Amino acid sequence: MVTIKTGTHLPTRAGSLNGVIVPEQPGKNAIEVRGVRKVFGTGENQVAALDTVSVSIRENEFFTLLGPSGCGKTTLLRLIAGFDFPTAGEILLHGQDIAPLPPFKRPVNTVFQSYALFPHMTVAQNIGFGLEMLGKPKAEIEARVAQMLKLVKMEALKARRTSQISGGQQQRVALARALAPQPKVLLLDEPLSALDYKLRKEMQIELKRLQHETGITFIFVTHDQEEALTMSDRIAVMSAGKILQVGTPRDIYDRPAERFVADFIGETNFLPGTVVSKQAGVATVKFASSATISAGYPEGFDPTGEVTLVVRPEHADLVPDPAKGTIAGTLSNIVYFGTDTHYHVKLDGGGENFIVRHQNSRSSAVTYETGVKVGIQFEEDAARVLKD
Amino acid sequence: MTTAALSSAPPSKAALFEAKAVKSSARRNRLLSLPALIIIGIFGVLPLIIICVYSFLVAAPYGGVQWQFSTDAYLNFLFQRDIFDDTLQFTPDFLIIYLRSFLFAVVTTVICLLLGFPTAYFMATRPPAQRNWWVLLITIPFWSNLLVRTLAIMFIIRDEGLINNALIGLGVIDKPITMLYTNFAIQLGLLYAFLPFMVLPLYSSLEKLDFRLIEAAYDLYATRRQVLWRVIIPLSKPGIIAGCLLVFIPALGAYVTPLILGGGIHLMIGDLIAQQFGSGRNWPLGCAQALILMAAVLVALYFYVRNTSGKVQHG
Repeated sequence: MVTIKTGTHLPTRAGSLNGVIVPEQPGKNAIEVRGVRKVFGTGENQVAALDTVSVSIRENEFFTLLGPSGCGKTTLLRLIAGFDFPTAGEILLHGQDIAPLPPFKRPVNTVFQSYALFPHMTVAQNIGFGLEMLGKPKAEIEARVAQMLKLVKMEALKARRTSQISGGQQQRVALARALAPQPKVLLLDEPLSALDYKLRKEMQIELKRLQHETGITFIFVTHDQEEALTMSDRIAVMSAGKILQVGTPRDIYDRPAERFVADFIGETNFLPGTVVSKQAGVATVKFASSATISAGYPEGFDPTGEVTLVVRPEHADLVPDPAKGTIAGTLSNIVYFGTDTHYHVKLDGGGENFIVRHQNSRSSAVTYETGVKVGIQFEEDAARVLKD
Repeated sequence: MTTAALSSAPPSKAALFEAKAVKSSARRNRLLSLPALIIIGIFGVLPLIIICVYSFLVAAPYGGVQWQFSTDAYLNFLFQRDIFDDTLQFTPDFLIIYLRSFLFAVVTTVICLLLGFPTAYFMATRPPAQRNWWVLLITIPFWSNLLVRTLAIMFIIRDEGLINNALIGLGVIDKPITMLYTNFAIQLGLLYAFLPFMVLPLYSSLEKLDFRLIEAAYDLYATRRQVLWRVIIPLSKPGIIAGCLLVFIPALGAYVTPLILGGGIHLMIGDLIAQQFGSGRNWPLGCAQALILMAAVLVALYFYVRNTSGKVQHG
């Protein structure tokens, strides 16, 4: 019987979530969303797109709102931009409540999913539009437009119509147009979703560079967890109009606060078990095979009875001797992915297949074949008990 | 297909078939337009040629023409020949009617645009399911004849009409306000008759407008007024152009409305031309007047289209 001690640390959840106030982290806040509710429709058709959301976004931060479609992330972005107004709550920009202001009075600009470039203007006219509306002198507009064209590497195409440039180029123009008036906060509504894979990868790097060079707070909306993990300083995971967890990509990935977060971000194995005992954020969980394991659980959650453990595929390891593993099963499938290999294990206790991910190296010590009995070992801190 | 291509490598059967298909479909398409072309040829171009020829002939005493070449019809447009010494004297009577008609048509177009744009915008911003009902409502006037509708206006605005009776009944006025047979009546009738022709093309243009562009403009610090002038109006230009043409041209040649509501006192071009073929018994003059109107419209159109299009591009 193997017992692995895991999860002795306390989970770190920043900001205030659904009324649970956690001490603020250092750094000034660019945007503070306080108890914002947004209800669409009237009477019986009422739908709460946002259900009392509170979150703080720091200055110069690349902050991502991540969640499946319909989770309220775009609604929250539109409330910050001023296209919709909250049913209740406050939105503070550097301490000032901007929730009742129209969009043209907020020093916030948006990069739209559809880019929304003006088809009757050239690339340069599009970029200069915001400055022109602010009543800036012509010379200043020209200088700034030239600077923005250079920043997004579009100098050669400044006289083109927006219909005469490619999707990736339109994306750059949309970025330049939103950055030109030097907003306090830049909002990006799934800006990369219309691009093909290679261009998307390129623009991800480009966006990070632009954020770094301009020092502007970016609030980025996406449903692509990989995009969120690679680009963000912090991520807010949303579902059904609520923010489930706010944290760094590492926090979110390694220490998900809820089952939904673990399931939505990355691949996860779910293992049923029973809580035997618990103390100081660590629970001892027994499997059907009567093996036990210590697993951490998030603050504010009291695991009892039947629970689900989550283990990332790369945080587990195969051992040839079934008796040496925490749990054991039969290798049912091996899937080769180039950089790594996925081993699907049919557990002895039944249930879903457990996936173990192995990074491939030139010399793999052990080679496995399907059909053999194997044991699965967990790395330290690998297992967590989560709220369903 | 070149001979070189033939000798070196004969085109594949598929390519040949394709070329044949393209050719035959092009021929078929041309055939499809044939009935319309015949109708336009017989009832559009031929009468125009007749008008053109007649305008250079001499009027017969009881209507019709005498086959004798003359440019009198055109001279008579601006001048009158003195009965005694045959000298030409400048008479601007016809010109004044033309200018007045242009003014009526311009005012009609401008007011229709000002009234029609908000209406069309309202319709285009309704939920899609509601929009067709609004279009249907706009077309209700077309369900009955213009003559009948114009007569109905007459009953509303005449001295013992609905408006005057109501105002007298309420004690606002004690003598009826004369509205019928005035320029006001003509203007009102023209507005009423042509407003739908402005609303419908404006609506079809605004309905295609990407409203995310409006959000983008607001986001980029444009106020409501700036959004209107810098985004909505430039992008609905095709509708504005179409609507203005559809109102201006028929309004200029309006016949029924000024005849009934102007009472034959305040003439417009349409009535003037009609007179030449009726009581005036001067067919060549009528033909010349019609052609002058056409030329004026073409010149006006040329400048209008040159100044409004070209700058507009659809995304």
